[in-house]
Amino acid sequence: MMQLVLTVTAVVLSLAAAGAIIRIAIGPSLLDRVLAADVLLAIFGAALCIDMAVNRHLNNLMLLVALSIIGFVGSVTVARFVADRRESVRES
Amino acid sequence: MNPETLLGDTVIDAVSAVFMVVGALMSLGAAIGLLRFPDLMSRMHAATKPQVLGLFLLLVALGLQLRTWWAWPVLLVAWLFQLLTVPVSAHMVGRAGYRTKHLHPELLSSDELEAVVQQAAGKRGFDDENPAGSNPDDAGSPDRRGRLGGGPGAGSA
Repeated sequence: MMQLVLTVTAVVLSLAAAGAIIRIAIGPSLLDRVLAADVLLAIFGAALCIDMAVNRHLNNLMLLVALSIIGFVGSVTVARFVADRRESVRES
Repeated sequence: MNPETLLGDTVIDAVSAVFMVVGALMSLGAAIGLLRFPDLMSRMHAATKPQVLGLFLLLVALGLQLRTWWAWPVLLVAWLFQLLTVPVSAHMVGRAGYRTKHLHPELLSSDELEAVVQQAAGKRGFDDENPAGSNPDDAGSPDRRGRLGGGPGAGSA
């Protein structure tokens, strides 16, 4: 049963990562890309969690905590220095 | 006793499998929301799902799979850390999005900052081309500066 769960979650998370990467690519503004990168980071965290749960170890747990720190610092920094560089404001 | 533990094992496995699949579906929902929602604020609404509820479900599934008691506090710490950092970064992104006008005003059900921003803009004599707060160097929020009034920032009035 765990193999089935692993397959299903792998497919679902791959689709989700593809969607987040598409939003990073076409995102009309910087903040959209930051948000999509945050979601991509959350998807990586989910993949780490599922790996730990299926293989029954705790090796990735510190990596998970570090991932949340990285996401926090990254999005706060970018949000602090964002400026509006679009030509038409109502484009997004 | 042995068949009972076997049954319990199967039940725990099934519950954690359901949690894992639902937690992964949270990520998929966030990706679909990112692709389909029209502006930054609604995309932020979708992006929160895998960060809080999805991580919670996956950590519970992990704890159920490990079948040890000492793992639960560690998992709780990991989830609490995410719970503390996510609102702060979402607040920063949302504030930057509001200041740089990354929103459709016609989609908002209520804009509670609008009156304050208008008042502050009027006090500081801003024109419409340069609305209050669009400058990222403007560290303090415009409402606070507008209310302080007699402070050193009031020279332009």
